[in-house]
Amino acid sequence: MSEIALKELLYKMADDQLILGHRNSEWTGMGPLLEEDIAFSSMAQDKVGQSLALYTLLLQLGEHEPDTVAFTRDAQQFHNCILVELPNGEYDFSLIRHFLFDTAEALRFQMLANSSYEPLAQLARKIRGELRYHTLHANIWINQLGSATEESTGRLQRSLEFALPYALGAFEESAYETELISSGIFIGEKMLKDQWVTQIETILQTTNLRIPDWKLIQPVFGGRAGHHSIHLSLLLEEMSEVFRIDPGAEW
Amino acid sequence: MEYESPNIIPILSVETIYDWLEEVKDPEIPVLSLVDLGVITQILIEGGVVKIEMTPTFVGCPAMDFMKSEILSVLKDHGAKDVLIDITFRKPWSSDLISDKGKEVLKKFGLAPPPATGVFSDIEILEHARCPRCDGNNTELKTFFGPTLCRSIYYCHTCREAFEQFKPL
Repeated sequence: MSEIALKELLYKMADDQLILGHRNSEWTGMGPLLEEDIAFSSMAQDKVGQSLALYTLLLQLGEHEPDTVAFTRDAQQFHNCILVELPNGEYDFSLIRHFLFDTAEALRFQMLANSSYEPLAQLARKIRGELRYHTLHANIWINQLGSATEESTGRLQRSLEFALPYALGAFEESAYETELISSGIFIGEKMLKDQWVTQIETILQTTNLRIPDWKLIQPVFGGRAGHHSIHLSLLLEEMSEVFRIDPGAEW
Repeated sequence: MEYESPNIIPILSVETIYDWLEEVKDPEIPVLSLVDLGVITQILIEGGVVKIEMTPTFVGCPAMDFMKSEILSVLKDHGAKDVLIDITFRKPWSSDLISDKGKEVLKKFGLAPPPATGVFSDIEILEHARCPRCDGNNTELKTFFGPTLCRSIYYCHTCREAFEQFKPL
């Protein structure tokens, strides 16, 4: 088993969870209705907690303490996909991103439940159950708002078209893809993407939302290699502000 | 003739440890013990050392450190000082691990106990929880997410009041 390949996989998943968790938390106190405020806040708590569990697996592999990893790295040291770092925008974009990302994430952890790296398989078997609430939540709203008024479908359609290139960027292949697959750690981004496309199509079919021709969508890659948008640096600056004032503070 | 019972520390056994742990409650549901909650997944005694394996209800549960220190302090009060606690996902928590007693206690506390997870694949089941007040199921799911990660919010049309359910997971 290649440790570098494994670490790279864990970093990108943990970073995805942490960054989207932080974005979700920005809905706290701002949600369009109380229930949605609580939903995004709860999903934030889940995702940040899941990132901590993944960073803890990295700690066991010799990496730094989770807090150090989360709060002291620069943007180019993060491996999250660009989709998760984009600002929340309006509720329609946050909802579309939640739907596109969490569908992929739920499938990813489902696949990892059979990983040959047992500590990851154990964690994945736990996380996949929690994610069912996230995907149920996303699907219910996409279903309702995707076939409701002209405004709701129009907004979601525009956000969908904007988000899809970034969503495809989440499946950017690792330099260690062959190793991950042959060692049975992870089935691979290609397989994940194919299942995701089917799942997204199945759910959107029941709405008035339309997916553009997949062949014409140009994926936005780069995040996995540390090439990010300006939004990540701004997010990290805010997220680590308190930590940087007193890194040794006891909570 | 009366004997005064000497103050003997009982010999450590797994059963004794479980008994003592009855005193450690879920910090947010102070009537439910960690044992009944099902988060204690293994207890072993090896060479006088108590080895406890526990697992979070939800990965992001912020109460783990608190529960851990509560366990250590309760066991210390009983005289067990060599205690190792390992937080692990080896045997992941599921709401099916809540004991029958635990489910009863939840209901009395006003929280609807989780239904068995075998039925959870169907969203219809989640839409109607049994109200802990009137026992009826003229209820409606308001949101999957509640005041803590492990609770969702329902409305009972009979009682005309909201209630929370411990989520099936």
